[in-house]
Amino acid sequence: MAEAVAPPGRRVLAWAQEYGVYAAVGVLLLFNVLFTPHFLDVANFRTQLVQVAPIVIVSLGMALVIGTQGIDLSVGSVMSLAAALVALYLGYGAWPALLVALAGGAVAGTAGGALVAYVGVQPIVATLALLVGVRGLANVLVPQLVEFRNPDLIALGSSSLSGVPVIVVIAAVLTLLTAFLVRRTTFGRQVVAIGGNRAASELSGLPVRRVLLLVYVISGVLAALAGVLATARLQASDPTSLGLFIELSAITAVVVGGTPLSGGRIRVLSTVMGALLMQLLSATLIKHNLPQSWTQIVQAVIILAAVYATRERGTR
Amino acid sequence: MSQSAAPVLEARRISKRFPGVVALDGVSLALLPGEVHALVGENGAGKSTLIKVFTGVHRPDGGDLIYNGSPVAFGTPLDAQRAGISTIYQEVNLVPMMSVARNLMLGREPRGRLGVIDTARMYGEAERILAGYGVVTDVRRPLRTFGMGVQQMVALARAVAIDARVVIMDEPTSSLEPREVETLFSVIRRLRDDGIAVVYVSHRLDELYEVCDRVTVLRDGRVAHTGPLAELERLKLIALMLGRDLDEVRTGGLTRFSRDRRHARERDGAQPAVRAEGLTRRQVLRGVDVSVWPGEVVGLGGLLGAGRSETAKGIVGALPLDAGRVVVAGLPLRTGSTTAAIRAGVGLLPEDRKAEGIIPALSVRENIALAALPSLSRAGVVSDAKIDKVVEVFMRRLRIKAASPHQPVQELSGGNQQKVLLARWLAIRPKILLLDEPTRGIDVGAKAEVQALVDELAEEGLGVLLISSDLEELVEGADRILVLREGAVVGELSGDDVTEDTIMTSIAERGAESDG
Ligand SMILES: Nc1ncnc2c1ncn2[C@@H]1O[C@H](COP(=O)(O)OP(=O)(O)OP(=O)(O)O)[C@@H](O)[C@H]1O
Ligand SMILES: [Mg+2]
Repeated sequence: MAEAVAPPGRRVLAWAQEYGVYAAVGVLLLFNVLFTPHFLDVANFRTQLVQVAPIVIVSLGMALVIGTQGIDLSVGSVMSLAAALVALYLGYGAWPALLVALAGGAVAGTAGGALVAYVGVQPIVATLALLVGVRGLANVLVPQLVEFRNPDLIALGSSSLSGVPVIVVIAAVLTLLTAFLVRRTTFGRQVVAIGGNRAASELSGLPVRRVLLLVYVISGVLAALAGVLATARLQASDPTSLGLFIELSAITAVVVGGTPLSGGRIRVLSTVMGALLMQLLSATLIKHNLPQSWTQIVQAVIILAAVYATRERGTR
Repeated sequence: MSQSAAPVLEARRISKRFPGVVALDGVSLALLPGEVHALVGENGAGKSTLIKVFTGVHRPDGGDLIYNGSPVAFGTPLDAQRAGISTIYQEVNLVPMMSVARNLMLGREPRGRLGVIDTARMYGEAERILAGYGVVTDVRRPLRTFGMGVQQMVALARAVAIDARVVIMDEPTSSLEPREVETLFSVIRRLRDDGIAVVYVSHRLDELYEVCDRVTVLRDGRVAHTGPLAELERLKLIALMLGRDLDEVRTGGLTRFSRDRRHARERDGAQPAVRAEGLTRRQVLRGVDVSVWPGEVVGLGGLLGAGRSETAKGIVGALPLDAGRVVVAGLPLRTGSTTAAIRAGVGLLPEDRKAEGIIPALSVRENIALAALPSLSRAGVVSDAKIDKVVEVFMRRLRIKAASPHQPVQELSGGNQQKVLLARWLAIRPKILLLDEPTRGIDVGAKAEVQALVDELAEEGLGVLLISSDLEELVEGADRILVLREGAVVGELSGDDVTEDTIMTSIAERGAESDG
């Protein structure tokens, strides 16, 4: 019980729940500034941010889904579907290809959302089925890596707006939009309420099923966008391996950011911080020549710490 | 009970603070063996907190607990239970998905060879135990499929079955019918005769006087009075609870419903505010017809499981129906959609506030605004100014006690959570309100206010369907009463026929008829 903890300890814990992830990012940055050569180089910063941007975009959708007590395992496969669709439709131009890819994400999201909201399948099962099926579909559509030379798409992946990579700008804008969606819109408040108590939300007249469906659609579209951006950056469509295991990174970002898996609370900015933290962590350990296995162990410790902190909040 | 006996459980100058409130401030209470000790006070006075300190849920910030003559500090509720302190909490905390039998026998299931649970014996034993409490039912069904009344009886049977020296009951009767309350009282008397100390928390004063020996009154976290109950006049008790002068209480009055419109009532409007026809659901409702005219308060009477809550849920579309239709102000309502019902101005205040009412982690403010969100926003963006205004109005009007509107609703006392739910429904400006146990867990002062409010709204043309296990409330509040039995309307009382006696006989008579 939370009450069993001595008051000062409890206050520290409460603080860690709110701001722990920000503090951790700050500490890591400081460490790198002091001990990692060339860390402050602009090039290095750009690389880190460009790498993390797709994860951030996927995590935003994941945070919404987790806020409803759900989970979306299909995001990686949706990314690969988007890559495949882009490759297929690039002949019509970059923008039509992008739209088709996003539509593909919306369809996948609708399938998952309908299973969850209307059929009543457990989210983990419904999206697991999509995880397998959608990647299969993507591989059927485009069985091997396809390189392309469409200048618009390449520009999307590599150009900058006053020094900031476009991908990073898009991720930042989407973050702000999602934060606004969650905090300020009827839809966002309904998402949180449904995650907090579904039966009560139903009795309060909330369109529970529609909201749930929409949440998965948003997650699907965001994943598809992340897939297109990653493809643009690679300058090649690679449905076989694009987005593999990204669902784990996204869930990690959400959890480390302090959003409880039990739903009813969504922390958008902290989720982004969670993604940044994991990115910085692996970059730091790599720069100091620690083996990959170390990175994984440290990540595991951070996840456990984050889960412990949110659990304490949940039981109070 | 012998006055000289040493206390079995004693609190000495216990204090407990939460962020923003002092819940307990130097509270002392001595519990003697073989006494039934009433613990009373306004909503948020600290009753549940004191109980949770007794049982190791909360650790006190100061003071001592003495159990059997020696200081104790229970780390967890389980420790307290093992030591012989058995508790029925205010919010039933059993496991909804598990069967009734499982819940009852949890932790002490009969085991066969190899330590495997002997399910046949478990079901048999559970059936036998529950029958002793007047509950005859299929113990294999999951607990959540039953109403709050049955759940409370299961919690009671479970608490008493554990070999205890102290039994604590936090509002055990809030969902019980008179008949079950009688069963509960005979259980309490038996416990007392066995020398067990009972702590009894309730807002129903009649019950206190019927079963309790001594009383401790809490007010704002302090002990306002402690002593024998019989010597304490009823109004004096209320005055102590509210912290007012006796005279003030006497003249200010605690009138509840003040209606005498029953006779003069002509049905304004050509059509009922809501008309439900032939509501049917297998094994639950068998063709229920209910109409409520604007300005009318219709009560639903009947025993537990008669289908009262189900009728209300069927009307708002929260219970899938096999047949039947609902017409609101002349327009048919899309079935099976609470969203459509609320848009038409029909709201249901549910009976089970923990499972179906509050969104625990959200703030008081968001809980109040929840159902009215569409009307408190523009183009899908919520308007803080509008929400603040509504929240302010209702927090003041219902006197909701919270550290701030931004406090998570789960941190409020039970009665204050109930007020938050009421506010949620009033905020949608309803045309018809279905109130399932609206004053459940609300203190005397607030109860009068809520009832006056219902009155006032009815006066303004609101139609109300009132479900209450408190017969007095039903009689004083309702213009007309429909008596339900086994999912069908078996009688209607109106005008001077509406008395506690006629309702009781109506329920019993019809019962005898259909039994015989
Ligand atoms: N976990 C908590 N966190 C913060 N405040 C709390 C918590 N639990 C109780 N409180 C506050 O402590 C005070 C006492 O609450 P308590 O539940 O003991 O009241 P009560 O006497 O049982 O009231 P009721 O009759 O409504 O059940 C209230 O102001 C309540 O808001
Ligand atoms: Mg209480």
